[in-house]
Amino acid sequence: MSELKDTIVGLLLKIAPEVDAAEIKPDVDLRDQLDIDSMDHLNFVIAMAKQFGLEIPEKDYPRLTTLDDCVAYVQSHRH
Amino acid sequence: MSRTLSYREALHDAHFQALSEDPRVFLVGEDVNCYGGTYAVSKGLADHFGADRVIDAPLSESGFVGAGIGAAMGGLRPIVEVMTVNFSLLALDQIVNAAATLRHMSGGQISVPLVIRMAMGAGRQLAAQHSHSLEGWYAHVPGLRVVAPATVADARGMLLTALADPDPVIIFEHVGLLALTDELPDDAGAVEIDHAAVRREGSDVSLITWGGNLPKALEAARQLEAAGISAEVLDLRTLRPLDDAAIVASVSKTHRAVVIDEMWKTGSFAAEVCTRIMEQAFFELDAPLRRVCSAEVPIPYARHMELAALPSVEQIVQAATEIARHE
Amino acid sequence: MSDFNMPSLGADMDEGEILAWKVKPGDSVRKGDVLLEVDTSKAAFDVEADHDGVVEEILVEPGRKVAVGTPIARIRQTGEALAKPAPKPVAPHLRITPLARVVAKDLGVDPAKIGRGTGIDGAITRADVERAAAKHEEPHVEKAPPPPSGADKSKREGLRDAIAAAMSRSKREIPHYYLSQTIDLEPALNWLEKLNAGRPITERILSPVLLLKAVAHAIWEVPELNGYWTDGALNQSESVHLGVAISLHSGVIAPAIHDADDMSLEQLMAALADLVQRARHGTLKASEMTDSTITVTNLGDRGPEAVYGVIYPPQVALVGFGAVMSRALVIDGQLVARRSVIATLSADHRASDGHRGGLFLRAIARLLEHPESL
Repeated sequence: MSELKDTIVGLLLKIAPEVDAAEIKPDVDLRDQLDIDSMDHLNFVIAMAKQFGLEIPEKDYPRLTTLDDCVAYVQSHRH
Repeated sequence: MSRTLSYREALHDAHFQALSEDPRVFLVGEDVNCYGGTYAVSKGLADHFGADRVIDAPLSESGFVGAGIGAAMGGLRPIVEVMTVNFSLLALDQIVNAAATLRHMSGGQISVPLVIRMAMGAGRQLAAQHSHSLEGWYAHVPGLRVVAPATVADARGMLLTALADPDPVIIFEHVGLLALTDELPDDAGAVEIDHAAVRREGSDVSLITWGGNLPKALEAARQLEAAGISAEVLDLRTLRPLDDAAIVASVSKTHRAVVIDEMWKTGSFAAEVCTRIMEQAFFELDAPLRRVCSAEVPIPYARHMELAALPSVEQIVQAATEIARHE
Repeated sequence: MSDFNMPSLGADMDEGEILAWKVKPGDSVRKGDVLLEVDTSKAAFDVEADHDGVVEEILVEPGRKVAVGTPIARIRQTGEALAKPAPKPVAPHLRITPLARVVAKDLGVDPAKIGRGTGIDGAITRADVERAAAKHEEPHVEKAPPPPSGADKSKREGLRDAIAAAMSRSKREIPHYYLSQTIDLEPALNWLEKLNAGRPITERILSPVLLLKAVAHAIWEVPELNGYWTDGALNQSESVHLGVAISLHSGVIAPAIHDADDMSLEQLMAALADLVQRARHGTLKASEMTDSTITVTNLGDRGPEAVYGVIYPPQVALVGFGAVMSRALVIDGQLVARRSVIATLSADHRASDGHRGGLFLRAIARLLEHPESL
């Protein structure tokens, strides 16, 4: 669980290098707290898709809003 | 004590004084005796000093100017009156090739202490052959001194100083100034003719002029003051040799200049003044220079056309406002 | 052989530090190849070759800071490239009076930063210089001891200073006019959702790309919004280089997507994704920082409803998009909820008039009503 979270945070840092990993709150909207835009978010989703071998349809984007969301989404789609 | 007199009267008084004080002085020119001078400057002088010293000349500018040069070389102090600068072109050879050169060509042995007075300028509906301003042409020539009295005091005093000069001096008397009046002290007399004079102090723009356009420049300065622009008026007085220091001092103070000249703009004397400012005070300039000159036409006869062709107070105000406006 | 000089990566850049050379003597380079990485007060940029050639000599080693215009390498030109010199932006002639120039030197004011003067025909006069000097005095005093808080902070301040200078100049010089139009995005978004549904994630198009494409095409109809106001005249650009405002932590930058009007939606999407990512990582190219001919700022789907932006000089227009949200619109006489966006135009009134600006916004709206044509 924690390893998965760290991987996702790593992807986020690639998208937004200015972010301090320690300050990411797991239950707050990523785009709000990291001040990233829709393009950054898409780059993040693409990175997630590649990293975890997922096909993420557009309608699922809202399910990737917070860090906890992302962890849950990956866990439920991994198999 | 002082009294009020006109520019014309001041010229008359200067002649009277010169003829009285120095027996070598005589006046020669067209209509100066019987008629009292075309502009009545010599009226009454013949009665006082006789036909030997107030001499009517035939209509032969080259002849009587040449006679004046010869008399000066011979030790007399002639005053030659040329009716208007237009006619002086007939005597250009005498003035430029003889009067201006003899000191140099004789290795300093011969001087020509000659004074030539010329009426000039427009404004009296005398049309294209009696109204021109060519003082810049004479100011071009080394060997001549060129002065332009613009005030009653200078009309009173410049002739006397010119007569004391060992070299030829040309005095340009603008016909528009003859009726100008001013109060002069009773003992008014000779004035220096080496320096320009600040006629009005100002800090935003220099209006540089001489002779007949000084009153226009002063009126423009009054109007500019009402509009919040402080104009300095510099009267050059002597066009050759030019008082560069006074020009540079004024421009260094105001950082902007309008030169007002009744010559045509092309090759005008204003062009010379502007060039000297560029050469000597370029880094003082905070705006481009402006010139207000005559329209490039022979001076028209019709009143409204003549006025339209000449530098006007409005043009001076406009030029000064353009370069000195405060935003 | 020609000198390769430290380029100016924006009007506010005086010097740059060479971080690393990506080429060495003897290397052949093509126009557009990255030669070196330069650090400015704003950010680090890749600097590209401006013509084909062979690197003859590296003149300045990494770690050194040199002024803009200093030769930093020698590059031997190949073939015909020799004949045509690289089109370098020429510093515009400064309209300043001789006295003002002298006073500026005395007071230590850079007259190039004053902008349009109050003298005749916009000349900078002594009074303008003195005003600028009075204004600059405070920050100068404040800046004197460099902040000890590390490079990152000073970079942030550098960008802040650059934005301050550009935006102040803009508001001082450019007579802005502003127009806005609410655009029904329902057709565009529905079309896009359908398009994306059949595509893998890496090929999907984001809605802002549609907006960019619409802007790039609308420029064809009102070309006077695309270019620069320089030397008292509009210089229209033949190419459409869209500056895209990207908000970094240190401040906003607007690098260019070159020739955006020639790109397909897919190309534009890829270009934007790449640009945003490189902006975040500080690896933008020099040309991207200087070439924009018009700027688009998009507040995203969570921003305010509309933005009335400040034009980035010497550009003459800036297009803004507010948040896409559901609004009550009247369509065919019916009040309906539609996803819509407020498009705004800030334009330089010296270069264009409101009527033409209005046509431009209408063109964007019309293009977005028929997204398939994009």
